[in-house]
Amino acid sequence: MKLTLKIWRQSGPEDKGGVVTYPIEGVSEDMSFLEMLDVLNEGLIAEGEEPVAFDSDCREGICGMCGVMINGEAHGPERTTTCQLHMRSFRDGDEIVIEPWRADAFPVIKDLCVDRSAFDRIIQAGGYISANTGSAPDAHATPVPKENADRAFMAAECIGCGACVAACPNASGMLFMGSKITHLGEFPQGQPERDARVVSMTAQHDHEGFGGCTNLGECSRACPKGIPLNVISQMNGDLLRAQRHRS
Amino acid sequence: MATSTIDAGKRPKTGSILLKTVMAVSGLIFVGFILAHMYGNLMIFAGRETFNEYAHHLREFGSPMLPEKGFLWVMRITLIVALVAHAGSAFALWSRAGKARTTRYVQRKGQWATFVKRSMRWGGAALLIFVVFHILHFTTNTIQIGGDYDNPADRLLNSFGVWWAVLIYLFAVACLGMHLLHGIWSAGMTLGLNRSLDAAERLRLTAILVAVVVVVGFALPPLAIFLGLIP
Repeated sequence: MKLTLKIWRQSGPEDKGGVVTYPIEGVSEDMSFLEMLDVLNEGLIAEGEEPVAFDSDCREGICGMCGVMINGEAHGPERTTTCQLHMRSFRDGDEIVIEPWRADAFPVIKDLCVDRSAFDRIIQAGGYISANTGSAPDAHATPVPKENADRAFMAAECIGCGACVAACPNASGMLFMGSKITHLGEFPQGQPERDARVVSMTAQHDHEGFGGCTNLGECSRACPKGIPLNVISQMNGDLLRAQRHRS
Repeated sequence: MATSTIDAGKRPKTGSILLKTVMAVSGLIFVGFILAHMYGNLMIFAGRETFNEYAHHLREFGSPMLPEKGFLWVMRITLIVALVAHAGSAFALWSRAGKARTTRYVQRKGQWATFVKRSMRWGGAALLIFVVFHILHFTTNTIQIGGDYDNPADRLLNSFGVWWAVLIYLFAVACLGMHLLHGIWSAGMTLGLNRSLDAAERLRLTAILVAVVVVVGFALPPLAIFLGLIP
């Protein structure tokens, strides 16, 4: 395959950055998108140029590091992570525009790498349960109904890649936050801190500079794990409940 | 224990979800008002007498327990408060969303969501202007279309004999329909009513049903009058 790549290059956080065009040849349809970028970078290094910086880690779709905007879509044309996207999703001769996630809460570090620590700070604000770390309790000591367990597992699939923020017209992080709140809220262990969690996490979210939710659903359509929009509604309902309990 | 690490001084004064809740509640007040308003409009099909009687009765609603126009003013004040809350929250959220992404994408896939977002914001602003025009037209009679009148029914019939008045009102009704289609869905989401895929489906159907009923109900009187179907 012969392709024309248009990649966002930015040497550092202070640099203005811009799009640079790279022609690339000899791309196999069986390569993953990141392998294609590896091939590009090997060529750049051989020519003595600075390789394109991009994030990746597990390369099996579970770590959430590799998010980039491909042709105006988060993680590209398939509903998966960038590392699990293969070049067979493109055609010979295609032009591919690659950009970093765009949100003021996710500042660009270099080229395609963005700083997603804002997500970590949201989790630190309450996305956990405070539990005794003694010996492991019996598996049947705290029964969880199957429906709740299933929904918690669905929400816990979130890998924190940030595609929801990238795809949202308002750069909102509500799907990410709603996933964690739904996940913990479905379990008995999540109940004692349920009110404090939603109050604290939503305050942190706004503080980080993410936009508000307009319930358009672009986040859910872009989510590589297919997390539904109802986790956001769950979070909204939980926040209302927390306000009622407080007053 | 979940505790906040942000300085109290740096916290946003009102959370975005709280602003959305204000929009949802005030929006639902409007939905209630709109349905009642539509029912009133449709009385023109029962004849001029009935319509005038209805218009007069609005002023004496609750009499003698309430003074003349008492009910009307309670409604007006409620609606003005709801309007200020709704539009104020909308503009605050609009501005926050603008600040959340100051560097735009070089390329963006054409999104249905972007169209809906614009129709809510710009369509909402258009509705705000329309409401001012509508009050100047039918409430205060500052804007007269199709000549003077003797009673509410005549004013209605005179106005909608003019083609451009019909167009303005039909455009406003279309904006309202689009606004309700996403607005009712969004209000349900904000109030925490969508907790499952079935609930999402119910919410979406409710929004479509209300939007269609409102568009048809509001479009019928001006169209019927323009086509001369009401004597």
